Amino acid sequence: MVDVLVIGSGGAGMVAALAAQEAGASVAVVSKTYPTRSQTCMAQGGINASIGEGDSVESHIADTLKSAQGLGDEAAIDKLCREGVEAVVWLDSIGVPFSRSAESKIAQRRLGGASTDRACYAQDYTGLKILHSLYDSCLKAEIEFHNEHFLMELIIDDRGDDRRVCGAVFKELKSGELKSFYAKTVIMATGGYSRVYDHYSTNATGSTGDGLAAALRAGAVVSDLEFVQFHPTGLKNASILISESARGAGGHLLNAHGDRFTDELQPRDALSRAIDEEIKKSGAVFLDIRHLGENFIDHELPQERKLAKLYENVDPVTDLIPIKPVAHYTMGGIAVDERAESTLDGLFAVGECANHNVHGANRLGGNSLLELIVFGKEAGSSAAKAAKEYAEVQVSEKTEAEVEQLLAAIKSYTNEVDFYQKRTELGALFYRNAGIKRSEKGLLTALEQVHGMQHQLPKMGALDGSKVYNTNLMEFVEFTNMLTLAEAMLAAMLERKESRGAHARVDFSERDDVLYNRHSAVLLHNRRVEIGFTQVRAKVQEV
Amino acid sequence: MILNIMRSGEQVSYKVSTKEATLLQLLSEIKTTQDATLSFASGCRSSVCGSCAMRVNGKEVLACAYKPQSGDLVEPLRNVPVIRDLVVDMEKALSFNKVAQSWAVSAAKLPAITPEDASVNEVQSDCILCGACYSACPVYAVNPEFIGPFALTRNWRYVSDKREEDVAGKIAAVQSNGIWDCTLCGECVPVCPQGIAPKSDIDMLRNKSNVLGYMDPKYADFGGGLDFGAPVF
Repeated sequence: MVDVLVIGSGGAGMVAALAAQEAGASVAVVSKTYPTRSQTCMAQGGINASIGEGDSVESHIADTLKSAQGLGDEAAIDKLCREGVEAVVWLDSIGVPFSRSAESKIAQRRLGGASTDRACYAQDYTGLKILHSLYDSCLKAEIEFHNEHFLMELIIDDRGDDRRVCGAVFKELKSGELKSFYAKTVIMATGGYSRVYDHYSTNATGSTGDGLAAALRAGAVVSDLEFVQFHPTGLKNASILISESARGAGGHLLNAHGDRFTDELQPRDALSRAIDEEIKKSGAVFLDIRHLGENFIDHELPQERKLAKLYENVDPVTDLIPIKPVAHYTMGGIAVDERAESTLDGLFAVGECANHNVHGANRLGGNSLLELIVFGKEAGSSAAKAAKEYAEVQVSEKTEAEVEQLLAAIKSYTNEVDFYQKRTELGALFYRNAGIKRSEKGLLTALEQVHGMQHQLPKMGALDGSKVYNTNLMEFVEFTNMLTLAEAMLAAMLERKESRGAHARVDFSERDDVLYNRHSAVLLHNRRVEIGFTQVRAKVQEV
Repeated sequence: MILNIMRSGEQVSYKVSTKEATLLQLLSEIKTTQDATLSFASGCRSSVCGSCAMRVNGKEVLACAYKPQSGDLVEPLRNVPVIRDLVVDMEKALSFNKVAQSWAVSAAKLPAITPEDASVNEVQSDCILCGACYSACPVYAVNPEFIGPFALTRNWRYVSDKREEDVAGKIAAVQSNGIWDCTLCGECVPVCPQGIAPKSDIDMLRNKSNVLGYMDPKYADFGGGLDFGAPVF
């Protein structure tokens, strides 16, 4: 038993763990992977903070609010941007090796939708270097890690009126055993759900929304699921990310005729649509960074050159890079309040799996690394504080027994239908019908197919019967989690009959502030998706 | 194309069809279409998460960055326990980061860092903890407690950082089972997917240690102390 259980060991989880421990709580971090293998390592562009000359917190707030398109929570954005300055100073103090300007300041560059050079960076390895510095800090703080434990279910301490999250059941990959971890409060930091789009996503294979699905099953409200950010420049064949910094540095987008056709530094939602249209019109879109020169590319964009060569057989120094927009970041997540607590007592959430309402309908590049620092600290200290207010939790083995039953049931599934094939189909279906542009007809077709897959689950299952390190079984469970999210996402996409930010409906192409200046909110009730809308919080009035 | 994969000490051959694919894509092809029991770790597909390090024909590679030839032999990393097929247990290897105290101890007031200062450990901080260097290191055959190439590189990454306050503590942490146990054979250098040279970092740590009054215990054992009159070989 610990005070605070952190589920997920990416940037958000580690910041939360450090903050909870600093606030006096005992902490355990349990994760399906190793800390440095998380999605955070893939963030390239940078972390926003208004530390540059001529920049201001107000300007950062204004840019973020504008990009959120009516769905940004002013108080949360205020906190994000205000504490961003301190967050970067903190990262500097824990050794993050930021690139530096000639004036010995932390180097900054301009990303799409920003009014100035605001993203602090470490070449194109910003996420990697922040993640590893956080990991090193956790070693120093002697944070307890339990790696390669797959989240199966949250444990609820249910005393009738008083219902609290008090731990979680995991399947340890190495031993194949179920393990229950009990805690006074739980912080979910499990990342996003972009892998619903399968091959049409920049994300690591683990971004399957396990934490969101578990939170939904436990009764938490999940909000704004319809807002999935498509990154304008994924590699055409492999969907591997080519950082926005390539455009920030002056890269051009060219159509099949070799002509520029749009403003390369628009926010990601508008640019992804422009590229999608251009691909349909002229047949292809390319990123051109040849004019930036070999020296600059090798120094500022070393990953991009390596990946373009590997996956597309092109050298960006001399060739055009074929690209397409792909699912990159999920704005929606577990609905949380200003203390990062979800609608379930005892459950906090942070990072991409949470919705702090700072990105709204469209996230700005450089704001997600910032979010995980600012709100990671908030989640950690709030969860530690809440843990102090509770006496011992009531330990119950009921959830573990239920998980045991579920796994036994999966063993009896018939394997007539290949879930890997269905996973590929789901991705293609979502890219086509629930992607950059959506229509009621397409969404309803997708929903029908998702329901079909859910009914077929007992005909799928895991072919591998091994107890030890069974990734086949885990991938099947991930697939079931993605189906849960897919259904919830489609409900939100169908219900929002307007176009706003990353949610573009061809049948409702205008933004409708009268009806939809609100967050969509989904919960599961008797395994059925229920959807409603909630108000956007305005800035807390100063007296 | 044929891929031979070492599974529980036995070579298993698979025929794969995807053209121009990375090893990781081919392993996924096998797992999703032929043999769901094949086990390997993967993550980002873009060489930054360090999950998919393994050996091909005896040399460490990242599966996501290697394009196979027909007949290649794929094996798990060495010097770490194999859990299943190509999946290894990294816990003990990673524990050496703690032994090496590879973390920052910074001053309350941070110094100004010039681009030149930043370039000193730019490459070292590209480490993705994939374990390739650890697998290639021959020292583990004789000393399983050797702190090892990546943990020492990560120690140097902080020792060389202008912001670091506890250089002496960090240098002290790598004296035993550390920098002097390395044979400087250089096996760790060509296998690093990030172009890091742990051997050079260990050399730098030795120089720094000498400056701080430490010496190679191998020499200390022979006669105790530095003898500037006659070089010892």
